[in-house]
Amino acid sequence: MQTTATTPLETRGLSGRRRAWHTVVRAAMYLSAAFTCALALGLIGYILWRGVPGLSWEFLTTQESILKGTDGILPAIQNTIYVILVTLVIVLPLGVGAAVYLTEYATNRRLTETIEFATETLAGIPSILYALVGMLVFCQFCNLGTTLLAGSLTLVIMTLPTIIRTTQESLKAVPAGYREGAAGLGAGRWHMIRTIVLPCALDGIVTGCILAVGRIVGESAVLIFTAGMSTSMQNFFGNGGLVKSSGATLTVALYVYAKERYKYDNAFSVAVVLLVLTLLINLAAKAAGKRAKRKEER
Amino acid sequence: MRLIFTVCGFIAIAFVLLISVYLILSGLPAIKEVGLFEFLFGTRWDSTNKTDPAYGILPFILTSVWGTCGAIVLGVPVGILTAVFLARVAPPKLAAAVRPAVDLLAGIPSVVYGLVGMMVLVPAIKDIFDLKAGDSLLAAILVLAVMILPSIISVSETALKAVPKEYTEGSLALGATELETSFKVILPAARSGVAASVVLGVGRAIGEAMAILMVAGNSPNMPGLFKSVKFLTTAIASEMSYASVGSLQRNALYSIGLVLFVFIMLINVLLNMILKKDKE
Repeated sequence: MQTTATTPLETRGLSGRRRAWHTVVRAAMYLSAAFTCALALGLIGYILWRGVPGLSWEFLTTQESILKGTDGILPAIQNTIYVILVTLVIVLPLGVGAAVYLTEYATNRRLTETIEFATETLAGIPSILYALVGMLVFCQFCNLGTTLLAGSLTLVIMTLPTIIRTTQESLKAVPAGYREGAAGLGAGRWHMIRTIVLPCALDGIVTGCILAVGRIVGESAVLIFTAGMSTSMQNFFGNGGLVKSSGATLTVALYVYAKERYKYDNAFSVAVVLLVLTLLINLAAKAAGKRAKRKEER
Repeated sequence: MRLIFTVCGFIAIAFVLLISVYLILSGLPAIKEVGLFEFLFGTRWDSTNKTDPAYGILPFILTSVWGTCGAIVLGVPVGILTAVFLARVAPPKLAAAVRPAVDLLAGIPSVVYGLVGMMVLVPAIKDIFDLKAGDSLLAAILVLAVMILPSIISVSETALKAVPKEYTEGSLALGATELETSFKVILPAARSGVAASVVLGVGRAIGEAMAILMVAGNSPNMPGLFKSVKFLTTAIASEMSYASVGSLQRNALYSIGLVLFVFIMLINVLLNMILKKDKE
C-alpha cells in the first residue's frame, strides 16, 4: 500500500489542479525528508571529521598538563561518572517511590492528577531555571558551594519526572491478575510490591535510568553554575573530597574549550565522545524498552 | 511503608513549589526596585554601567519571541513533512534507517549544536551577508530550528501512526490518492498530536540557553536579524557568573528568570489543554 505512493499511476486521470497539488506537496515532502537526512549525516560527519584526529588513548586517560603542553579529559570523564552515580542513587528511590505511590497506593484521583501535573511541569522547566534555583538552594542556602554534589542534587530535581513517568508506565503494565493472585495468597501490600510488582517492572525502571543518564550527560547549563568549570583533576578521596570537589563534566569541558580557551580541536574531540555516548545511550534505551515490551506481551 | 511512599509521591509537588517560591521570592525585589513597567518595557539594559545603570528587558523578551517564532517557522514545516514521509510514504527499511538518526539528533547535547553553529554557521553568515561578525539572531534561529526538528518529527510521527487504519481505507475507497489521504485526512486527524509537538518545540526553543549563548553574540540590542542579541535565557547565563551576590544586577537576573518561568508555565498550560482535548 505504501509503495503505490511513488508510482506515477497514482495521479493518472486526475484534473490538472489535483496533479499540480501532488507535484508540489510531494516535492516539498521529499525535500524536507532529504534535508533532515542530510542534516543528520552532515552534522555527524562534520563532528567526526573535526574531532576524531584529536582523539587518542592519551587524550581520554590523562589530565591536561601545562608543563608537557598536552590536553586530556580524564577529569571531565570522572566528573561525569560521579554526577551520574550520585544523581541516580538519590533520584531512583524518590522517583520509583513516587511512581509506586501513584499506581499502588493513591486513591484520590484529584491528588494523583495534581502530582502528575507537577511532574509534567518539572519536565517542562528549562535547564537555565534549574541552574538558578540550584544555585540559590543548594550552593547558597544549603551552603554546599559550587560543587559536583550541588550539581547532582539539582539534576535530581531535573531527572525526577523522567524516572517517575517511565516507572509509572511499567507499573501500570503489570497485569492485575498478579496483584490479585498475591493478595489472594495472603501477601500484604508492601510484600506484594516488593516481590511481585517491582521485579516485573524492572525493565521499565532500567529504561528510565538510561533516559535519565542521557539527560545528565547532555546537560550543561545547570552544571556550569552549580558544579563549576575547572578541568583539572579532583582528589575525590582526599580532604572532604566527595562532598567538596567541583569540576567540569564533559559538556561543560566542551564549552570551556570552545568559548574560553579557543581550543576548538579539543572541543570537537569532546563532541565525538559525547556523540558516541549519546548513540550508546539511545541503543541501550531501545534494547531495554524492547525487553520491557516483550515481557508485557508474554 | 505507606508513609514513605506517600512522601515520595508528594516530592514532585514539593519541588514545583520550591522552584516557584524561590523564583518569585528572589525575582520580586529587583522588579520592585526598578518598577514593573520600567523592567518589562524598558528598552535599555546596561547592568554594568556604574553611573547610569538601566534594567529594561524588553530587548530580551522580544529577542526570545522572535527567535522562537523564527525557529518554529523554519523547523515546523520541515519537521511535519518529514514526519509524514516517515510515517506514511517511506519504504519501511528507509524509515527504519532514518529514525535512529533522528533519535541521535534529539540526544545530541546542546553545547555540541552550539559548537557546530559557532564554527560553521557563524562564519558562513558573516561571509554570505558581508557582516563584521556572524554572531546574530539569524544564527541563533537556525541553531534553534535544527534543535527542535527531531522532537517535532518524532512526536508528530507517533501521532500520525496512531490514526486508525479505517481512515486510510475509507479515504482511499472514496477515490482520494495516497498522498491526498496522508495530507488531507490523516494529518488533520492527528492534529492535536502535531500541535503538541509544536508547543513542545516552542518550549524547547524558548528555554534553550547554552547553544544560543555560543552563537548569538550576547549584546543587549533590540532584535534584528543580523544584530548581536541576547535572549532571556542567555541574559541570565552570560551575566550570572560575575554578578555579585546581593547586587541589583544579580537580583535583576533572578527577575528575568521569573519572567521566563511565567512564559514556560503559560506554554505548559497550553500543552496540557491540547493533550487533555486529545484524550477526550
